[in-house]
Amino acid sequence: MTSATEAGLDLQQLAGDIVEKALGAGASDAEVTIREGDEFSVSVRLGEVETLKESGARGVGLRVLVEAENGYRVASTSSSDFTAEGIEHLVKGAVALAQVTSVDPFAGLAEREEFGQLEGDLQLSFDDVYSLPTEERIAWAKRAEAAALAVDTRLVNSDGASFDAATGRRIFANSRGFSGEYSSSYCSISVSPIAQGANGEMQRDYWWSQARAFRDLEQPEPVGQEAARRTLRMLDARRVLTQQAPVIFAPEVARGLVGAVFDAAAGDAIYRSASIFTGKLGEAVAAESVTVVDDGTIPAGFGTSPFDAEGLPSRRTVIVERGVLRNYVLNTYAGRKLGMKSTGNAGRGLAGNPFLDSGNLFLEAGSVPPDEILRGVERGLYVTRLMGQGVNLVTGDYSRGASGLWIENGELAYPVQEITIAGNLKEMLHNITAIGNDLVFRGATACPTIRVDGMTIAGA
Amino acid sequence: MELDHKRYFFEKFGITERLLERCLGEALSAGGDYADLYFESVAATSLGIDESIIKTASQGVSAGCGVRVVSGERTGYAYTDDLAADKLLRAARTAALIASGPAKQPVQGFTETDAPNLYPAPGAELDTDLASKLDLVNRADRAARQYDPRVTQVRASYADELRRILVAASDGTFASDTQPLARMNVFVLAKEGERTAKGSSGGGGRVELDYFKGPKGPEHFAEEAARTAILQLGAVAAPAGEMEVVLGPGWPGVLLHEAVGHGLEADFNRKKTSAFAGLVGRQVASSKVTVVDNGRMPSRRGSLNVDDEGSATQETVLIENGILKGYMSDKLSARLMGIASTGNGRRESYQQIPMPRMTNTYMLAGEDDPHDIIRSVKRGLYAVNFGGGSVDITNGKFVFSASEAYLIEDGKVTAPVRDATLIGNGPEALKHVSMVGNDLALDEGIGTCGKDGQSVPVGVGMPHVKLDRMTVGGTR
Repeated sequence: MTSATEAGLDLQQLAGDIVEKALGAGASDAEVTIREGDEFSVSVRLGEVETLKESGARGVGLRVLVEAENGYRVASTSSSDFTAEGIEHLVKGAVALAQVTSVDPFAGLAEREEFGQLEGDLQLSFDDVYSLPTEERIAWAKRAEAAALAVDTRLVNSDGASFDAATGRRIFANSRGFSGEYSSSYCSISVSPIAQGANGEMQRDYWWSQARAFRDLEQPEPVGQEAARRTLRMLDARRVLTQQAPVIFAPEVARGLVGAVFDAAAGDAIYRSASIFTGKLGEAVAAESVTVVDDGTIPAGFGTSPFDAEGLPSRRTVIVERGVLRNYVLNTYAGRKLGMKSTGNAGRGLAGNPFLDSGNLFLEAGSVPPDEILRGVERGLYVTRLMGQGVNLVTGDYSRGASGLWIENGELAYPVQEITIAGNLKEMLHNITAIGNDLVFRGATACPTIRVDGMTIAGA
Repeated sequence: MELDHKRYFFEKFGITERLLERCLGEALSAGGDYADLYFESVAATSLGIDESIIKTASQGVSAGCGVRVVSGERTGYAYTDDLAADKLLRAARTAALIASGPAKQPVQGFTETDAPNLYPAPGAELDTDLASKLDLVNRADRAARQYDPRVTQVRASYADELRRILVAASDGTFASDTQPLARMNVFVLAKEGERTAKGSSGGGGRVELDYFKGPKGPEHFAEEAARTAILQLGAVAAPAGEMEVVLGPGWPGVLLHEAVGHGLEADFNRKKTSAFAGLVGRQVASSKVTVVDNGRMPSRRGSLNVDDEGSATQETVLIENGILKGYMSDKLSARLMGIASTGNGRRESYQQIPMPRMTNTYMLAGEDDPHDIIRSVKRGLYAVNFGGGSVDITNGKFVFSASEAYLIEDGKVTAPVRDATLIGNGPEALKHVSMVGNDLALDEGIGTCGKDGQSVPVGVGMPHVKLDRMTVGGTR
């Protein structure tokens, strides 16, 4: 594995040095990102190890801004070469590349007073993700798979189970005095059993647990059993006729709708007039029961960070409050285009301009247990899986492949597949008629069970 | 030419044949059956225009080596972004831990894979003609804006990369390649009254800059994107339910990629997790359907002189006159299934384990006149462009999303419809193919395929095809 200590390099010092070198080479401002990561993964299938992977890598990215009469020229470079020669190439390349770009009056770093980072322990990094010896990691994956396959004799095959662990470190420095770094850790266990039904057709589903700390990871057995339950319930799925009916989104698919709300509120889509939310600030865009929040500050969250990709402190932004669009989500550039301040939602790769990225993004829980939402549906679809691209944010048109369970008289009656659900996001958000109390984060984006009325189900 | 590729890693990073042999020896020190080294060096450039301003210019370089050790069905993998001898040997020792037995010896001496020359192999470190690349995106911006006054936003990008690889394996395989890849993309928004719509287009391949000075240049992509956006301004709601569907030539071949392509990758069939497992020799499509995967097409986006395991690529018949003929394989599945590798072992980067992947996948032309195909439809959908798709290879259900489609009413193409997803069942869908056009076309070079988190460039193609039924996911 590659590590800074081994290479004898202080990466935060190096980031600062590269900023200085860029200024010396002609940049008016500069930003440097360094990323370093290690990963371990083991996958098993039918009780035998299939792959074992263990390694690490790092990379550095530089973005330079060269001031012109009415704005900045901007360019960026990235490299995996940390030698002095490699760094010199990185710096000279970026400054030279900036000469070919156009002057952008809206480009430029944030103001000095905007930079900063959250204080205190955000509980993002735990050494214990690497605490298990390799044999134990293999055993965890095997236990998860065995627990799944033991549930029912119809579980005849497996797409395997895996245990993954990773640690990463991110360093960021710029020419306006910001310098920061943070580490994060991750571990997960997942299992994907295959069942065969009476008609011979196979079904596969999966379940997983992920955590920042190994001690918070669920035990393999319940993860495996849940994967088995999800797979078995899809056996002998049918199609339904084309019709309009209520659609209940299970949490694992409902979160896709929350992601669409974030993308529709993203400043770059707004200033281009490429979003259904353009010009809708202060207006009702969803049912009154709907509140959508992006919060990058939740301790141990998968979307938490002390600062965003431009060095601004992470924060909590209410996007939709009781159905009303309250805030766009912005980085410095999108903010400037709209005459607003960044909401600390900048993301970035090693090279390229900052984009917009969510923190911990969620739709606030309602008070109804999910069972009760189902009981309120005479005839409808409980959708547990969606396929395909989904939503056109310019028009709101929404059409996706779906599978799940058919609801009859408030009960889950039988599995359905090879159907689509379609509507328009603008209407779908207003047609959210029930919100469950089951908000659980299994990743950076979360949503409780929700009911959406007025969608078209296409089938046979 | 082969010598040049090899010399790159030898001269730039001090790699020697002796070092390759030492690393392979280290990789088999715990008794694996097979080991390989995959060296990769990538240089990439990207330029973007947005609101008529060149806002994006970036260049990146990365290099590394992945070491794989196979023992039975087990694979050990380690990689390093530092190509110094001690780091390579350490990665080899890490990967070796998958096996547990007495050390084995790699085959003595390497045999270079016999490979074609399907694409240009620029000798320079980077094609640095930035001015010409900037001209491409500027021209795309102008052409899209000039297309129609209702065009309000234009974004255009040019991206290229030069990937150099070297593969050395314990079975004596030795291969190297220099793989160019270039692509233009144009994204357009159009507005009329309260209605806004988008359109996009793009293309390229394993080509040099000169390619974009030909007919598939910036004006072509810009006009296509603008045309689609303007068309979508007047689109009506898409129909819902099962109906006759006619797919246009070229990129709609993504149908094949999803409906049958993934399901015919050897790993899924070796593990019997694919809906196509055990169906070789059986009818899986109408007798009019012949589908091939062909990695050997000059300059195509999905083409490769050698795959990422150093095997020569080839043309593989997947379905012939409706009968399933075989699978696409890498070395591991080939060995475990007792078949030959079809040169489909691919990986996203040195950090990833290779697996069976498609190259260029297409349906051969039939005998029907495209006009007759349209005329034969009473009520249906004519889909000529798609966003993308996905598939569950275990139950066979696949989707693909139409971005340009029209109603067919009484044998005539009528109104354009809004975005809609189409869904079908892989082993069944192609049995409903009743007409196959005489106009095979490949896509313009925009495909990227994802599998297990790894993305690789691919191509698809198809003539006009009529499916007697398929479910269209509209709203009315």
